[in-house]
Amino acid sequence: MDAIASKSISSINLSIYRYDPDSGKKPYMQDLSIDIPEGQDIMVLDLLNMAKEQDPSISFRRSCGEGVCGSDGMNINGKNGLGCITPLSEALKGNKIVLRPLPGLPVIKDLIVDMKQFVDQYKKIKPYLINDEEKPEREIKQTVEEREKLDGLYECIMCGCCSTACPSFWWNPDKFLGPAALLQAHRFISDSRDTATDERLDQLEDAFSVFKCHGIMNCVSVCPKGLNPTKAINEIKKKLVKRAL
Amino acid sequence: MAMNGKGEELDASKLKVLEFDGIVVGGGGSGLMASLQLAQSGFKTAVVSKVFPTRSHTVSAQGGITCAIQSADPDDDWRWHMYDTVKGSDFIGDQDSIEYMCQEGPKAVFELEHMGLPFSRTEEGKIYQRAFGGQSKDYGKGGQAERTCAAADRTGHALLHTLYQANLKAGTNFLSEWFAVDLVKNGDNQVVGVIAFEIETGEPYFLKSKATVLATGGAGRIYQTTSNAMINTGDGTGMVLRAGFPVQDMEMWQFHPTGIYGHGTLVTEGCRGEGGYLVNKDGERFMERYAPNYKDLASRDVVARSMMLEILEGRGCGPDADHVYLKLDHLGPEIVHKRLPGITELSKTFAHVDPVEHPIPVVPTCHYAMGGIPTNVHGQVLTQATDGTDNVVHGLYAAGEAACVSVHGGNRLGGNSLLDLIVFGRSAGLHIENALKDGITLSKATNDDIDQALVNLNRVNISSTGEDVANVKSELQKNMQLNFGVFRTGDLMEKGLVELENIREKTQNIHLTDKSSRFNTARVEALELLNLIEVAQATAVCANERKESRGAHARDDFQERDDDNWLKHSIYFADTKEVTKRDVNFRPKTVQAFQPIVRSY
Repeated sequence: MDAIASKSISSINLSIYRYDPDSGKKPYMQDLSIDIPEGQDIMVLDLLNMAKEQDPSISFRRSCGEGVCGSDGMNINGKNGLGCITPLSEALKGNKIVLRPLPGLPVIKDLIVDMKQFVDQYKKIKPYLINDEEKPEREIKQTVEEREKLDGLYECIMCGCCSTACPSFWWNPDKFLGPAALLQAHRFISDSRDTATDERLDQLEDAFSVFKCHGIMNCVSVCPKGLNPTKAINEIKKKLVKRAL
Repeated sequence: MAMNGKGEELDASKLKVLEFDGIVVGGGGSGLMASLQLAQSGFKTAVVSKVFPTRSHTVSAQGGITCAIQSADPDDDWRWHMYDTVKGSDFIGDQDSIEYMCQEGPKAVFELEHMGLPFSRTEEGKIYQRAFGGQSKDYGKGGQAERTCAAADRTGHALLHTLYQANLKAGTNFLSEWFAVDLVKNGDNQVVGVIAFEIETGEPYFLKSKATVLATGGAGRIYQTTSNAMINTGDGTGMVLRAGFPVQDMEMWQFHPTGIYGHGTLVTEGCRGEGGYLVNKDGERFMERYAPNYKDLASRDVVARSMMLEILEGRGCGPDADHVYLKLDHLGPEIVHKRLPGITELSKTFAHVDPVEHPIPVVPTCHYAMGGIPTNVHGQVLTQATDGTDNVVHGLYAAGEAACVSVHGGNRLGGNSLLDLIVFGRSAGLHIENALKDGITLSKATNDDIDQALVNLNRVNISSTGEDVANVKSELQKNMQLNFGVFRTGDLMEKGLVELENIREKTQNIHLTDKSSRFNTARVEALELLNLIEVAQATAVCANERKESRGAHARDDFQERDDDNWLKHSIYFADTKEVTKRDVNFRPKTVQAFQPIVRSY
């Protein structure tokens, strides 16, 4: 809040990536000047909403506005993040802000990318609990310690910021599962209630699915929820190596 | 043929047609519960959602699912939960529905756990339950209960993702990022499906179905300040009203006590369940005055009004004395970080405050619609005949916040919304499943019926001049905030109603400037505005008509509850803009009905 107030910036230069494949025009950057309320540290999404009032044709996804639904992943001044919880004070360079779609995925329109590849990789890891045992009448018991193993894994909001910041995913979006899907894979491998650990590891045991991760850690630096996919991937790698020995 | 800027009108002959056994409009908790039930039974099921399902607003639910699973207290009883819920509803919740929800709840919660929902755990490895507002043991006589099952303070997220995952496993078809515009209804008042378009391409469809479930969630965006997501625009409610069916108890809007000041984002009631409390500018724990027994865990309507009174009487905090503080710093970092990690994040982001060290500035924020599309316990939508009898609308179901099966009546208890979603999403799914097994057939619709459902879409698509969507929406929201907020009074509401008529005129004349086909969010927002005005007007008319104070509906000019005249549901039709009454159900099947008493906490 104070960063903005002290600089008393009242007008922001917003540059937005625009592209509508139906229009026959090439992608271009649209520049807009936006007046913001003085002394308030608004979020990037607020700024976008103001831009949309000037030009209703600007397209982006948004829903919860509080960093939980994962709709508004975008590239903000070069770094992936969620528009709704990224304050201008953090994102601004001078009084300029450049918004582009998440990199590496096909663009549908403006800031909206086609998440199909991302979701397909998620589906591949069988993102649901597998437990073939007879179910108790009540809950399947889980100790506090067993449950704690899911912390840092189940909170993923599928915004795509991590996988689209990952060079390995850019190169092999069909064969490398990417940090988001692997975080989920580890979430189910780590669940004491899941009985399919071996099958899950079998499925990951090839040169690409997991091992194309080279520990670049872009995923960690951009995750808006502060999660650590690299750590989860390393845990999977360790389990695979241990099994092979 | 995708919709485009050439000003062509759509008619039945230009639509692609897809056919399903069941379609569910909305991909939140209740929708995904209904679709799961159908898909697991092998029926051709589609979820039509304007956002990718995990973006739905269920994801934002924090505190938990209230349900007597006897984990925190082995002697807990669903009947005590039922008593609390009836009392919380200020006695206009339907007791057959509340009975069904509280009794069926444990089964549904354990089902979710078996699906993988990562509930927090007790030392014995059972599901963790925390205290929430309005919860008691032994029919109000045994003190505070701990009945809300939680996954830290991210229960909705955990629930929605678990349900999405279970639907993937079951093979549900997802029409993700499709916008449902209007119901297709035939001459016999049967619902035959919906008109929808794929947002990515702008391609319009007639989605034909033997059963249509409206699970479109809330409409908090009729207010300026709300905890609701931007997508909560009452789309199902708008569709139902335009199709000539009624809505129920629309005056009943819950204002959640603890919205973050200046933003509206919520911090869970679980904060107070974990021992947090509210203070005014003098540092006084003022809820001790208003609710000596339950204090900060009185029900939400009571706490929200008490906060507003503190502010109105000059004891608010901050330079404008326009909010109060939620104190958590006395709980210590361990409780806050372990039990309320999401709150810590939100508080830092939106209030610039670390709750471990400083109190969070909060103010009541529009949160939840107790009213909605009237249904029975099977999710079947009801309409009212001129003689006052209930009739089932053939082919149409509703569940979740969009519906009013009336388990919440005049005020919802915390943690009961997630329970409502899963219990009644499931019961709608079960009923459709049985009906399909019994061989219900697809009703027929004529081209005229289909064209009728295209009227609004066509009007928006061919508009060449007129009102700006964002401006009209903002006018609507300001009007509702000002005239239909926490405290209401006849004079202001009359003024607000006149203003709403003007706003409706403008919505009939909106101009969609961008006519492109591909991912045209301006088109979506224009159509959402047409739903917002339906919800807003229903709310306003019913609020003015209910001349009493009950639950969340608090009138300065009628401060008492009036059981003689208003122990009733309100029913509103859009074509007449008139309110009729409907009896509250006092006939639970297995227990004695709870009779109205003075409600104190």
